[in-house]
Amino acid sequence: MANLRNLNLRDRGAEIWENWNRPKRTAFVFVILGLVVLLPYAGAFSFTSILNTPTASYQAVLVYPVGMYVLMALGLNIVVGKSGLLDLGYVAFFAIGAYTAAVLGTRTGLNIWEILPIGMGLAMLSGVLLGLPTLRLRGDYLAIVTLGFGEIVRIVAINTPATGGPNGIGGVPNPPSILGQKFNLDNLQGYFWIVVVMILLVIWMIRRFSARRPGRAWEAIRQDEDVAMLMGVPVLRYKIWSFSIGAAVGGAAGVIFAAKSAFVAPDMFTFNISVLILSCVVFGGMGNIWGVILGSTILAYLPERIRFISNARQLVFGLALVVIMNVRPDGLLPRKKREKITAKGATK
Amino acid sequence: MPGYLQVYEMSMMNFSVVTSQFWSLLLAGVAIGFIYVLISLGYTMVYGVLRLINFANSEIFMVGTFAAIIVSRNFFGYGDTSDTIHGFKLYYTLAACLIAAMLMSGVTAVIVELVAYRRLRAKGTNRLASLISAIGTSIVLSEGARILTHSRPLANPRLLDKFFVFNLGSVGFRIDIIIVIVSAALLFFAVDRFVNKTLLGKAIRAVSMSEDTSRLMGINLNRVISATFFIGGLMTGAAAFLYDLVFENTKFNIGFNLGLAAFTAAVLGGIGNLRGAFFGGLTLGLIEVFASAIFGAQWQSVTVFVVLVLVLLFKPNGLFGEAIQQSRV
Repeated sequence: MANLRNLNLRDRGAEIWENWNRPKRTAFVFVILGLVVLLPYAGAFSFTSILNTPTASYQAVLVYPVGMYVLMALGLNIVVGKSGLLDLGYVAFFAIGAYTAAVLGTRTGLNIWEILPIGMGLAMLSGVLLGLPTLRLRGDYLAIVTLGFGEIVRIVAINTPATGGPNGIGGVPNPPSILGQKFNLDNLQGYFWIVVVMILLVIWMIRRFSARRPGRAWEAIRQDEDVAMLMGVPVLRYKIWSFSIGAAVGGAAGVIFAAKSAFVAPDMFTFNISVLILSCVVFGGMGNIWGVILGSTILAYLPERIRFISNARQLVFGLALVVIMNVRPDGLLPRKKREKITAKGATK
Repeated sequence: MPGYLQVYEMSMMNFSVVTSQFWSLLLAGVAIGFIYVLISLGYTMVYGVLRLINFANSEIFMVGTFAAIIVSRNFFGYGDTSDTIHGFKLYYTLAACLIAAMLMSGVTAVIVELVAYRRLRAKGTNRLASLISAIGTSIVLSEGARILTHSRPLANPRLLDKFFVFNLGSVGFRIDIIIVIVSAALLFFAVDRFVNKTLLGKAIRAVSMSEDTSRLMGINLNRVISATFFIGGLMTGAAAFLYDLVFENTKFNIGFNLGLAAFTAAVLGGIGNLRGAFFGGLTLGLIEVFASAIFGAQWQSVTVFVVLVLVLLFKPNGLFGEAIQQSRV
């Protein structure tokens, strides 16, 4: 058991990666990317058809939940994993993005690609508005305020005539095609590829941020807020940045989700989704991109593949949160240890 | 909130309701406020000793509402069509339900502490880990209840004949409302005395002032923390019984809104402050009832949330803050 606990796949992987030369690394990245791009067709081959999901269509599952959860978990990872702020209402930003797409898509002539930045902007703005009063306080307040906010957005959507009330909004238009790739229910792989592109962009963004000033500021805030403040890190500003960037990713996921399902209703945005995304982050390994991707892929895909989990899905995820926190608080693939980085820096 | 509050005609921005039914609304607000007072004790006491939000308190409340109803349905065998009962039989039935709810919630709270907090505290992990494991326990409890009840609500058999005891002007004082106010006030008074006068209460206050110093003074930290959870759970369970009495049904997700409201009440009064929880609960109950009379009941939880954000924005230490040092848990 102790052995299992100390097993750090992340570091092992990093070791192998660091010993590779450039062509090897490039080849590896392209092979993985190629496999991911081909995933929508895996259900059709006999030897990979084991991936097929019993009830929902396999390609639909790849977009939602799998792709969407990975995207949202990466967004939440900036908030929870990178800067250590517990956001329990992440679904709110997802909902804001989805409703922006639905309202603007049905009422105005804007297409989904034009709405995407608007949805992200609105999600970001609500992140800032919510963050300003709460991020100055201790982390637990943020947790409960976001918990409430997630529910409030849903209640507002139910009770506002402009968002269609409890019935929601139907007939969200399909996005126009890009490079000849159509986006509709017969071409779900298009949505999957768009989500993959967005995931890659988010990964790139997180890696850039992590290597620069915001990443260091977040790391400092996560480890000890008071010390960070004493060291001159503008704590509130970087917390708001982290919170609103996470929100923008959630908003983007929401816009794509609305376009893909062509329909949004308040029921789609319950507290459960926030918990699911949080479990994905925690299960995979807070703060580590690859862990988060692995964790959310597993948690999104397994309940679809194995039906008997799906009724008790929430229960299993709740248990996962407790058990992971007690047994392996760093998740499946823990983040890189700070000590290792300093050791490396010393040898250089 | 189902039932009782919806007696009033509600429409968008109906200010005339406030003037015409001011006193009835006031009474309703005080009644729901007292329920919040008891639930917010579960938050405020735990916060006092651990400096952590007891995220599972909403589900501890939910467990209590089920315990009270299950005792009267399955143990005493009353059903939806049962007649109301009177006299001694009524007293011991209600007492049994109350005790069952309190004990069940208290025990659940202690288990939550063992599962979600103790191990992590021993390991000295960061706050985030405790928050996440507490929210995990809370999900396990509510989802367990959802699966066991097949997402169906459970009705409380009406054993108490709900008559109006007396009228003051246009306001009728219904028996269940009186029971809620009287018993919640008594329980609050008891907890306040307990924390301020007994040895264990002194230990609880000591731990809330400084964990390390109290350990040096020979206080068994784990026992005090368990006791705090237990007392908080008892009060939350009593609130659950009173809620059942007035609103007469429960559901697996009932804790969510009430938990958020009670937490808001605790913050409003200054979290970690016992008497603050009292005033916070009553204030929030009144705000909520009047706001839902004006804006409509569907906006009730939005009101609560707005109050929470406003308090955090302008007075993060709550209305009473740390002013009442003596009664700090």
